Amino acid sequence: MIGRRALLLSGALALGAVAFTGDRFWLQFLGKAMIGCILAMSLDLLVGFTGLVSLAHSAFFGLAAYALAGLTNQLGLVTPLLTLPLCLLAAAAAALIIGWLSLRATGVYFIMVTLAFTQMLFYLFNDSPALGGSDGLYVSQRPVDSRLAAYLVIWVALIAVYVLLSRIFRAPYGRALEGIRANEQRMRSLGYPTRRYKLVAFVIAGALAGLAGYLDATLYGFVNPAQLGWKQSGLILVTVLLGGKGTLYGPALGALLLAFIEHYGERVTEHWNALVAVLVIAVVLVLPRGLSGLLQGSARG
Amino acid sequence: MSLSLFALQLINGVEYGLLLFLVASGLTLVFGVLGVLNFAHGSFYMLGAYLAWWISARTGNLWLAILIGLPAMVLIGLLLERLAIARLYGRDHLSQVLLTYGLVLLFNELQRAVFGNDVHGVPTPKSLSFTIHLGEAQTWPAWRAFTALSCIALAAGMRQLILKTRFGMRVRAGASNAEMVEALGIDVRRLFSVVFSAGTALAGLAGMLAAPLTTVYPGMGESILILSFVVVVIGGIGSIKGAFLGALLVGIADTFGKVLLPGFASAIVYAVMAAVLLWRPRGLLGPAFEGR
Repeated sequence: MIGRRALLLSGALALGAVAFTGDRFWLQFLGKAMIGCILAMSLDLLVGFTGLVSLAHSAFFGLAAYALAGLTNQLGLVTPLLTLPLCLLAAAAAALIIGWLSLRATGVYFIMVTLAFTQMLFYLFNDSPALGGSDGLYVSQRPVDSRLAAYLVIWVALIAVYVLLSRIFRAPYGRALEGIRANEQRMRSLGYPTRRYKLVAFVIAGALAGLAGYLDATLYGFVNPAQLGWKQSGLILVTVLLGGKGTLYGPALGALLLAFIEHYGERVTEHWNALVAVLVIAVVLVLPRGLSGLLQGSARG
Repeated sequence: MSLSLFALQLINGVEYGLLLFLVASGLTLVFGVLGVLNFAHGSFYMLGAYLAWWISARTGNLWLAILIGLPAMVLIGLLLERLAIARLYGRDHLSQVLLTYGLVLLFNELQRAVFGNDVHGVPTPKSLSFTIHLGEAQTWPAWRAFTALSCIALAAGMRQLILKTRFGMRVRAGASNAEMVEALGIDVRRLFSVVFSAGTALAGLAGMLAAPLTTVYPGMGESILILSFVVVVIGGIGSIKGAFLGALLVGIADTFGKVLLPGFASAIVYAVMAAVLLWRPRGLLGPAFEGR
């Protein structure tokens, strides 16, 4: 465990140190990868800890990005002091509504319903010209202008999200979530309001996905509907499983790995998606606990 | 909206719903009997459409394409069940979602590599390329009529098969309790592979029938997959009758949405789903208590 902590710390420092190189490509690439880490870790709160397989994560990511585009383009609001909380609020509010409706369903219904709401939002943005249509929207003025500053903001956000989530996991609330995953009925009969607990987790995860979307729109100055479609949600799920669900650092690792596969796979073959597909299928069949399961050795579990 | 236009839209909606039913029935059966949530189900629809285009472009005959394509779909279903789906029996939903999501990516790349990314039109067979006059101003293409009638015939056949035959009895038993069926000495594995390949073939057939109506394009499998999920959620998972009701509801809502509220058309279907969900969280005809 000490080994893991040292590894995480040096990994975080290494990511921070990249900022000093000032290399445009690496700042952009690792910035994007770290946003992927935030997404994967926040989804782990639902998938790994609460046992909720949500396909709505990309929706909250995209909504916050669109919210930023709307605020800057329509209202001229740019400063992160205002836009960041407003965009997170938008994502959290959407998560509250979608979560409240979806959590009426359980198990496989829940998966399908979150999927359906994600696609509803996708079509809403994709089909209406006022919202940019299938081309998406440019963010006329980014809240953080320089690439280096944006990179540092993302780095700080990544660390903050990791600390926040690991605190939640160790708190009584996080333990209760684990209890719900293990046996919801028992938790309910012990007097826990399980649906409200799940809804709170759903909203926290949604807001953090919104944070990732906000950072993404800041880094690229651009948002398009494909980013909130269900395939994107599927990809986030893949990163969670690839790294190992329920471990927090595993999904982050998975996101980094997938970013590298995406980048170098694109150079090798235009059909790199097939590579990802084979990897996903292999992980499900051979390595159900993901890469972190490999690190921990197969003795446990 | 004039009465004749209303009637035509209603017919179109019902026809679209019937096509949706072919896809959704397989999805709901595979989940009900095999316990597997299959995201690759829409890919079978896409594959069917592409096969119809590819074969008919070479032979000039859509009937021949369907005749060759249908057994091909059955074969693909059998192979896929043996190689991938069988490993998901008894696994958690997350594994099922991810493995079949991997299959979706794989099928999409396959489509890109083999068939290319262009949109293709598929001409209707000459014998059915006339239109039927409905009232004064409205016409109904014969291929649409043929599609609707085939779907009705298939739905009726499926109903007979499931309610009246020994095989259907096993399917129903498998849907309510697969372990018990196995304990009674019925070869569940064979039942599973038959059900899966039948679902694959139905989705493929829906794609072949739809090919002349919608053209053949990348991503066509995904839009039908999501709508099928909506249908299954509305109808209740595992219920064929529910899938039928849900498919008609979704088909009609979608068609009228496109006419009455263009721009929000695709959202209407989801609003219907949300309403059903608020009223009956397990779907219109879903199981009363929690199953799997």
